[in-house]
Amino acid sequence: MAKEKISGAEALIRALIAEHTEYIFGYPGGAIMPVFDVLYDYRDRVNHILVRHEQGATHAAQGYARVSGKTGVVLVTSGPAATNIITGLSDAMMDSTPLIVITGQVGSSLLGSDAFQETDVVGITQPVTKWSYQIRHSEEIAWAVARAFYIAGNGRPGPVVLDIAKDAQTGLTEFDYQPCQFIRSYNPNPAINMNEIDEAARLINQARKPFILAGQGVIIAQAEAELAELAEKADIPVGCTLLGLSAMPTDHPLYKGMLGMHGSVAANIKTNECDLLIAIGMRFDDRVTGDVNQYARQARIIHIDIDPSEINKNIRCDVSVLGDARAVLQALNPRVEPARHTEWLESFAPCEEVEQAKVIEPEIHPQKPLMNMGEVARKVSEATGNDSILVTDVGQNQMLSARYYRFKRPRSLVTSGGLGTMGFGLPAAIGAKIGAPDRTVCFFTGDGGIQMTIQELGTIMQYGVDVKIIILNNNFLGMVRQWQALFFDHRYSETPMLNPDFTEIAAAYGIDGERVATREELDGAIDRMLSHKGSYLLDVQIDPDGMVFPMTPAGACVTHIMLNATEKYE
Amino acid sequence: MTDKTLYTVTVYSENQVGLLNQISTIFTRRQLNIESLSVSASAIEGIHKFTITTYSNRDMMEKLVKQIEKRIDVLRAFFYTDDEIVFQEVALYKVPTDKLLDDSHIEELVRKHNARILEVNRTYTVIEKSGHTDETQALFEELSRYELMQFVRSGRVAITKSTVEHVSLFLQEQQYRQNQL
Repeated sequence: MAKEKISGAEALIRALIAEHTEYIFGYPGGAIMPVFDVLYDYRDRVNHILVRHEQGATHAAQGYARVSGKTGVVLVTSGPAATNIITGLSDAMMDSTPLIVITGQVGSSLLGSDAFQETDVVGITQPVTKWSYQIRHSEEIAWAVARAFYIAGNGRPGPVVLDIAKDAQTGLTEFDYQPCQFIRSYNPNPAINMNEIDEAARLINQARKPFILAGQGVIIAQAEAELAELAEKADIPVGCTLLGLSAMPTDHPLYKGMLGMHGSVAANIKTNECDLLIAIGMRFDDRVTGDVNQYARQARIIHIDIDPSEINKNIRCDVSVLGDARAVLQALNPRVEPARHTEWLESFAPCEEVEQAKVIEPEIHPQKPLMNMGEVARKVSEATGNDSILVTDVGQNQMLSARYYRFKRPRSLVTSGGLGTMGFGLPAAIGAKIGAPDRTVCFFTGDGGIQMTIQELGTIMQYGVDVKIIILNNNFLGMVRQWQALFFDHRYSETPMLNPDFTEIAAAYGIDGERVATREELDGAIDRMLSHKGSYLLDVQIDPDGMVFPMTPAGACVTHIMLNATEKYE
Repeated sequence: MTDKTLYTVTVYSENQVGLLNQISTIFTRRQLNIESLSVSASAIEGIHKFTITTYSNRDMMEKLVKQIEKRIDVLRAFFYTDDEIVFQEVALYKVPTDKLLDDSHIEELVRKHNARILEVNRTYTVIEKSGHTDETQALFEELSRYELMQFVRSGRVAITKSTVEHVSLFLQEQQYRQNQL
């Protein structure tokens, strides 16, 4: 008997379901209509979230992927929809987030003719994706979707684009779905090299002042327990990159804070005092290293990463271990001898005391009427039992909420690290709540960032998504203002913002909220926000002169740390 | 970039549409100018080989090759200095036949440069020479006095002097990996 034939569009939806897709973030349009038409019949098996702009679909899918560990799926049309997804793809590429973005494309006979809503999607997206592929025949759909999931979710995760010509959506095909398990030209999980493990263990066992740098690779590999085991067994302090935050609980005695430009004083100072750096699932971004020529020159460096192209890219290492962080640590930990580094660990305290007195106290307990971003973030964190998911936008709101939020569990921070995408936060928060429905999602943003994707309040309204929105409102583009204050002689070029009443905008979308003008109102407002069923918006008035400290100026040595606008750490 | 050496990059890839674009943007992003490029099917069925030359330094080449290998459809990429490979280019020269005939040096020229004449007609003569760039360039300069009508030089093709065939080994490893599944 001849096999049943179905349309390419239906093959696509069935393939997505075969890969356990529960949510699709998307927006319909001409060249993808056959797929949306099929989706109508599959409404009971897969949920579609209609965003308000395609960029929002990508960020929502990123938020979903980052909290759940699953691959986020986006479905949009051709042309302008495809160009609108570029920011999300680029962001996901930088931050290793598994995404599959399906774009419609004009019929294959029209390709290259500048047809209506045609754009060279594969050509545009190749540099910002792990894989980008155009499907011109319906028979290719199942194969391409299988391959897309394999590529996006394995190895170092990343975004994949499938650009499907309209006639491939309507053409008939047999459907026999086989998940992809092997690609000859791509080995996502390189076998652990035991020589490298032995060499790494030898360096760790010899070290007197070891220091672990943990990145998002730990979270992606679910290696949090193995990380803690290594740290505890050999008594090694741990610093986390921005994206590595929540890989270790904030209150773990060996946790020494965030690395980098706005990281903790101790973590940065000790980077240049340790005798061994153990970098796990991180890529020595310039926001972590500052001047690479003055970065950890005194230390031996072990670099553990799954992506071979990261080894010796920014920082040359003495020993590299290629592989999944969990698999590597499982092999490494038994070879690491128990050790105590009491004196080394105690040496972190003076840095911590200075930071506490000069930076943290003035930020969270300010002796002035105007509120700081850090104090709001710490209060919200504590009000949620330090167990909520923090989603941030980009800028001061991001750095200060990341610094003052506290984490108990992994996958508790969703932020745009590598690309630094303003407008990332609101759609990402929607995706995060959908991906982790049992957790409270608190989204910190600025008055600038929220307005870049504010239309996604409509998505919140339509699906009743419960996101707590905290606008740290200083009526300025705060991070740019900070640089203008510090490095451009207080010339506030185009950073003051005249803003709307955000609570009224929220109200128009049926979202409750309130404006918080004074410190006295803050606790009550946070309580009302957290006890409210559904989304809630706090428009918190922040001191426009507030700045993020500590700060290592861009390109400076990692130990060049400003404690405030006038004082440097000595 | 201090040390500026001519490197030869070889890339083995699946035969996929758009591969050249993916590879060339990796050069562009690092401001590496592609001096020459040649693409063809390799000895292994279904696998394409790119031979690309560029001036750069070793550190950049190490990173470049890893970025190329990061592309999903690329199997392996390598870089070599000239002493590690046997390489060749081919050049074609189109010269006016009457100018050539007016001169008695044509035989000497062909012999000296080990060139070949591919076509002669009343209007023009096509001469072919294979060799390294300096060799094809030397003939170019000599032929220039005959009012050269066209000149073209191919991209470099290269074969390694290594006794190990890394791509074949890689394919064996992948076959093993697939069998393990």
